[in-house]
Amino acid sequence: MRAKTKQHMFWLAIVVGAASSFTASLVWAQSATSSDPVSQYRAMFGDDNPADLWVMRGKDLWQKPRGPKNVALAKTCDLGMGTGVIKGAYAHMPRYFADTNKVQDLETRLLTCMVRDQGLDKAAILKNRFGDGDRKSDLEALSAYVVGASKGVPISLPMSHPQEKRAYAMGKALFYYRAGTHDFSCASCHGQSGKRIRLQQLPDLATANPEAQKTYTTWPAYRVSQGEVRTMEWRLGSCFRQMRFPKLKYGSEVAIDLTMFLAKNAEGGKMAAPGLKR
Amino acid sequence: MADPMRIRARLTGDTVEVKVLMAHPMETGLRKDSSGKLIPAHYIETVNATCKGKDVLTADWGPAVSKNPFLAFRFKGAAKGDKVTITWKDTAGESRTDDAVVS
Repeated sequence: MRAKTKQHMFWLAIVVGAASSFTASLVWAQSATSSDPVSQYRAMFGDDNPADLWVMRGKDLWQKPRGPKNVALAKTCDLGMGTGVIKGAYAHMPRYFADTNKVQDLETRLLTCMVRDQGLDKAAILKNRFGDGDRKSDLEALSAYVVGASKGVPISLPMSHPQEKRAYAMGKALFYYRAGTHDFSCASCHGQSGKRIRLQQLPDLATANPEAQKTYTTWPAYRVSQGEVRTMEWRLGSCFRQMRFPKLKYGSEVAIDLTMFLAKNAEGGKMAAPGLKR
Repeated sequence: MADPMRIRARLTGDTVEVKVLMAHPMETGLRKDSSGKLIPAHYIETVNATCKGKDVLTADWGPAVSKNPFLAFRFKGAAKGDKVTITWKDTAGESRTDDAVVS
């Protein structure tokens, strides 16, 4: 009896030892697997994407006169390519806008247009910035529509105004900035290629490379697990939550600067959004 | 009133491939909201597709079908210009009918 217990203890010790050394190297040792069930799922949809429902709604929101001033965004909103022009607009954002004297991404620019030009209530729009079932987000629908008009357009940022260069430099610094209870930075997960967390492939977003292009060009995307279209602002906010960072303020400089850095690394990649994600 | 469906019907050879995207919450009746209360079931129960007055597809659905369902099917016997009509009915008694022309 006694001998048996000892034997058990022995095996237990080996198993525990193996388990702990395995856990320690978990994040770094796991290499990417070649089979990706999400891409198979995507193939079954073909050219279709539930995001089209958002695109349809966004088209209405863009073309119909709305708000107290009763004007259509298509008649007033300049996304950097001229008033009402959406073709290719997202592929050249974030960018500097002289009228607001700010570098803006798509979401904040749409917000500017809706509040300033249409006279809509900013707080009400922001309250529904992330849609949830019947509580629909105008920002997500409009983003899906505008982004869809950039399909096939290669990303290239103007990067000529000093504020744009500053935003890029800030975004790069933020990408490597380690903080929070877990001492994480964006680069902890997205600083090298061929790694994964659980079944999720982690793209390398730290440098200009095809993975960075593929990732950036497929956002905004329909998230199947949420049944909603999500934009880059949401994606970054979700990363901040996972890193245990303070909540990322929607439309803040931090969000825009990081987007600028990611967009710059994806330059040359052809837009393929709205995408389809797990 | 539910959002419109997006329907595409394309003829290749003698077969029409129909692809339908429906906007629907498809609540199972098993989920709880943030206050812990059950969210009542609300899902599409029947889907019906007709072409030239004939049923080409009838489906009974349940709570296992995803939110914003995507449905693809093929049928024979239609020509370009014919109209495909899709109707769904859900557990709340709502329904929605949209159509598309075969191209």
